[in-house]
Amino acid sequence: MEKRLFVRGNEAVCLGAIEAGCRHYFGYPITPQNDIPEFMSRELPRIDGVFIQAESEIAAINMVMGAAATGNRAMTSSSSPGISLKMEAISFMACMELPCLIVNISRSGPGLGGIDASQGDYFQAVKAGGHGGYHILVLAPSSIQEMYDLTMLAFDLSEIYRIPAMILGDAVVGQMKEPLIPHPRPDTELPEKTWALRGKGDGEQRIIKSLYLGDGELEAQNWKLHSKYQALKDNETRWEEFETATASLLVTAFGSAARIAKTAVMMAREEGLKVGLLRPITLFPFPAEAYAAATQQCKKVLDIELNTGQMLEDVKLSVTRDTDVFFYGRPSGTGSLPTPEELLEQIRRHCS
Amino acid sequence: MRYDLFISGFGGQGALLAGTVLSYAAIVEGKNVSYLPSYGPEKRGGAAMCTVVITDGDVGSPVIGKPSAAIFLNQISLDKYGSKIKPGGICIINSSLVDSTAFNRPDVETILVPMNDIAMQLGDPRIANMVALGAYASKSGAIEITSFEAALKEALPERNHKFIPANILAIEAGFKLGRGSSSLAAPEVIAQN
Repeated sequence: MEKRLFVRGNEAVCLGAIEAGCRHYFGYPITPQNDIPEFMSRELPRIDGVFIQAESEIAAINMVMGAAATGNRAMTSSSSPGISLKMEAISFMACMELPCLIVNISRSGPGLGGIDASQGDYFQAVKAGGHGGYHILVLAPSSIQEMYDLTMLAFDLSEIYRIPAMILGDAVVGQMKEPLIPHPRPDTELPEKTWALRGKGDGEQRIIKSLYLGDGELEAQNWKLHSKYQALKDNETRWEEFETATASLLVTAFGSAARIAKTAVMMAREEGLKVGLLRPITLFPFPAEAYAAATQQCKKVLDIELNTGQMLEDVKLSVTRDTDVFFYGRPSGTGSLPTPEELLEQIRRHCS
Repeated sequence: MRYDLFISGFGGQGALLAGTVLSYAAIVEGKNVSYLPSYGPEKRGGAAMCTVVITDGDVGSPVIGKPSAAIFLNQISLDKYGSKIKPGGICIINSSLVDSTAFNRPDVETILVPMNDIAMQLGDPRIANMVALGAYASKSGAIEITSFEAALKEALPERNHKFIPANILAIEAGFKLGRGSSSLAAPEVIAQN
């Protein structure tokens, strides 16, 4: 049998990042992601990497910008209020087309919020949290294995498309421990970094910037970004389907909520209810085609989130026209997560 | 088979370590497992809880509303969460510290285990959590008792491996107790010995 590690999600992200060749971590502590800087502060110096606990979240993300501009794999991690602080730099990096990884082990909000699991940052992650209407790649792991696998994928896609990438998790996937089967990073063909800054030398000048003053330059840059987002939508959507082929009610959820929903779907199936689960893995690009295909036959969708309805908007835009979309969710702060039994009750209501 | 266990106590009683050791034992047996600790501003003396799911198949939800088994290490835990156990489930109570006279769940199998007393008899109050784990293993059949030694080796840092024999003794004591106790009287008899 393969060796299985037993690690927290936060540690799985670190293992994935190091396996993916990331040697530059910059961060500032915040619960519930502190296992990430703790792990990186211990491990990166041992492999000639760089760990810096910066003076603030803003400093950390700007250090990521610098490292990324030189073509190095770099990352930061934080939790919701800290991610808000990083938004200006993320907008800049989106315009500069700099690959990097930002991990958001999100907490509830708005404001300082609480540290319990929440999916309140969906809008911020997917709909451009900073100014300028950009997008970043957003991946939503729902297991410890995925925390590892998707971290590696995030780095690769980030370089292929020259776009910042985000892992969007919460205290469940961050703090939970599950077996992890480590494996070598995939042998992905990556483009040469012909844009990366390499210091003054004899080569051609390279400029990375987000200021486009020339006539039509900024418009052209925006169209370039737009076509990048279109390419991501065309080529990189990922999702998981469970029992969808015969479903007359399609449950959809992402990340930790999808784990709870999956058990609820299994319980409903045991009761003979025709229910399936569609779990988006990429939140941007959103797997719209999966919803369109699944709702050719299945005309009822129940969206479940740990908030009051955010992904709901993308689900509604993706289903076929005559599909009814229902929502169940609650914002965190109640001290408890929805249970499978609670979700099963919702499923029963929509099956009757 | 699918097993889930909720463990709750004061911070420092070893609720989280018990869950971790159980999870490693499941991994030793090649099973799937999830371990979800409670997450909050916890400290020694505060609340500490975790949920472990063990299965041959897909774990699915790491969040369990109605656990099929629970270990309550202190009074507050029983008072607060005793009602959550699934009908027909197993309730393992640390009778050294917990008064269960007000606990009225005839629909669950309640086992009183004087965990701290047994641990003291074995020479170390810190292994009370392992007594609980042994009782759970025998009552639920979720884990073979022989898997715990390898699990402890994985769960504990090398410097603490010298404590493994004492932990195994505690697990075995709990295991025997769990096997013998289908009534509430049995554990108290053993405690008096």
